[in-house]
Amino acid sequence: MSVPELAQSGVPQRASHHVPLRVRLKQRGLDGVTLLVLPGVFVVLALFVYPFLYGLLLSFAPKEGGWLKNYAAFFADPFLYGTIFTTLLIAVPATLVNVLVSIPVALRVRLMYRQRLLTTILVIPITLGTVLVAEGLLTYLGPRGWLNRVLIGIGLIDHPVLLIHNYWGVFLSLVITGFPFTFLLTLSYVTGIDPSLEQAGAMLGARARERFWRVLLPLLVPGLTITLALSFVQAFSVFPSAVLLGAPSGPTRVISIAAYQAAFEQYDYSMASAIAMIMAACQVVIVVLLLAARGLFYKGPASTGKG
Amino acid sequence: MAVVSHEFKELRLDGVSREFGALNALKDVDLTVKRGEFIALLGPSGCGKSTALNCLAGLLPLSAGSIWLDGHRIDTLGPERRGFGMVFQNYALFPHMSVRRNVGFGLVTQRRPRAEIERRVEEALALVRLTGQADKLPGQISGGQQQRVAIARAVVVEPPLVLMDEPLSNLDAKLRLEMRAEIRRIHQVVGGATIYVTHDQDEALSLADRIVVMREGRVRQVGTPEELYGRPTHPDVAEFMGYRNLLPSVAVADGNLLSVTISGAKVRGVPIDATPGQVTVAIRPEDLTPATDAPIPAKVEAAEYRGRDFYGFARADDGTALYFRSEARVAPGETVRLGAPAERVLVYAEAFAA
Repeated sequence: MSVPELAQSGVPQRASHHVPLRVRLKQRGLDGVTLLVLPGVFVVLALFVYPFLYGLLLSFAPKEGGWLKNYAAFFADPFLYGTIFTTLLIAVPATLVNVLVSIPVALRVRLMYRQRLLTTILVIPITLGTVLVAEGLLTYLGPRGWLNRVLIGIGLIDHPVLLIHNYWGVFLSLVITGFPFTFLLTLSYVTGIDPSLEQAGAMLGARARERFWRVLLPLLVPGLTITLALSFVQAFSVFPSAVLLGAPSGPTRVISIAAYQAAFEQYDYSMASAIAMIMAACQVVIVVLLLAARGLFYKGPASTGKG
Repeated sequence: MAVVSHEFKELRLDGVSREFGALNALKDVDLTVKRGEFIALLGPSGCGKSTALNCLAGLLPLSAGSIWLDGHRIDTLGPERRGFGMVFQNYALFPHMSVRRNVGFGLVTQRRPRAEIERRVEEALALVRLTGQADKLPGQISGGQQQRVAIARAVVVEPPLVLMDEPLSNLDAKLRLEMRAEIRRIHQVVGGATIYVTHDQDEALSLADRIVVMREGRVRQVGTPEELYGRPTHPDVAEFMGYRNLLPSVAVADGNLLSVTISGAKVRGVPIDATPGQVTVAIRPEDLTPATDAPIPAKVEAAEYRGRDFYGFARADDGTALYFRSEARVAPGETVRLGAPAERVLVYAEAFAA
């Protein structure tokens, strides 16, 4: 990219054996095009960094008491710190189910011809959004919903199973909205593995199970940890379905509900910020642990170098 | 565990066919391979040679026909039960395993004792001259070394049959010649049969005991390199074997031979399957040389020096393009008279469609 205006302004011509600053900067990837990054930097600063820092500072300025008062209060009250475990209890199993189910499905779909149709069907729940899905599940899974009526109709059960306004409602909605996301990520990692590697495994006498454990899984691990981390973060910040489908005052009182109540029922923004920071810390800890575990495995390309 | 043993007598393909939708990728292929043989499947891309290899490997099911190893029918077995070795075009080394573990993979799936695995991996690495590289990952070694690892991995289990899918196509010219000799040497040491897919006739001629020339999913000719080089049975095969002059012509009987017309001149040739009438004449550039008493006058358009000889391109009076060889220097614009010995002029009944 030639940027003549920049070249003429500011950079004086030195002795001829000097490489001009403009050329040296360009070799490091900095030239006029680099300026295009500025709007993005501005947006990130305004919409992410500023609110985050604002919230962080706000959390250290409680309504009353010392600067750590909010954090002390959170970890002193089981009604508050318990939400961490409640959230983990929902988010971890839902994430694991999503990832573990998506692996075999992705391995099968990889061989299909009409992948696009399937991926379109799977993307729809993502585009609909969690609230609409939650509303749908409310009627579908309810005591007089289709599911219970069918199960009673075919005589499998006598009384409706309770799947809403409890743990299972939230869990199911996290699986339904989270699975397509997890699956699409997993599929992209699975299709990144050179199919001839599995064929090579077969030629060397490895059965399907052995090929999976020895060839596919080790190459998938780095991608799967990323998938786990992203799916977990999504599930951990569950809010709409925990309110709509769960029991928000009891078994599904997740950490985001605690933050919501602090902010909009007690009007204690400082406390709410502290809870949000604790929530972020929980997510960071899990993600860092996952990425550290990833470092123990092979991370190179999933195909032979030259070819 | 492989159900077939190293000590087989022959592998037999019986009417092997493979369709992809309406396309006949492989049609009625019959072939018998004896133990110890090196067979090359030769043909242009899309001729079905890789399909044939994948059918043998078990990576592609057959549409019709059967494959037999001595008395056992093997086309119904999965690839993991055939026990064949395979060298893939892109090597397909497991990128997360060291060279040692790559080579040992086949022995591990056979549940061999650890000491035996270690000993045989060392032997295989010594065979391909890679002893010092055992603990590197495939990404850390060169293409030629990866190639050797792929071969060691395929032969370490002592398979009855080693399948190679254009294994040298990703290497540079010098390495290709080196590895060619290595592959032949390893074949002799290992002792099973090797089936080698290639589109390079030099490779096939120098490596194989027998060459199977394929075209459009069918076997065109099977023979020793000498047979194919000297007496191709079809113009397609002739083209592949370097008969660059493939000319439509009309033949008349001339004793045991045929007399054909090239640009108005009479040339005598050997009938391969031709009778008087419309024919295709095949002559190698090496056999078409200038001489004062030669029959075809032609004007040289280009000539290049190739070490000992000059190779040239000339046009006869009626515009026929002729590729020829000359021991003396020839220059563009010069007029030469070209001719070939009758036994080096092959006459085919079939038309050649390039």
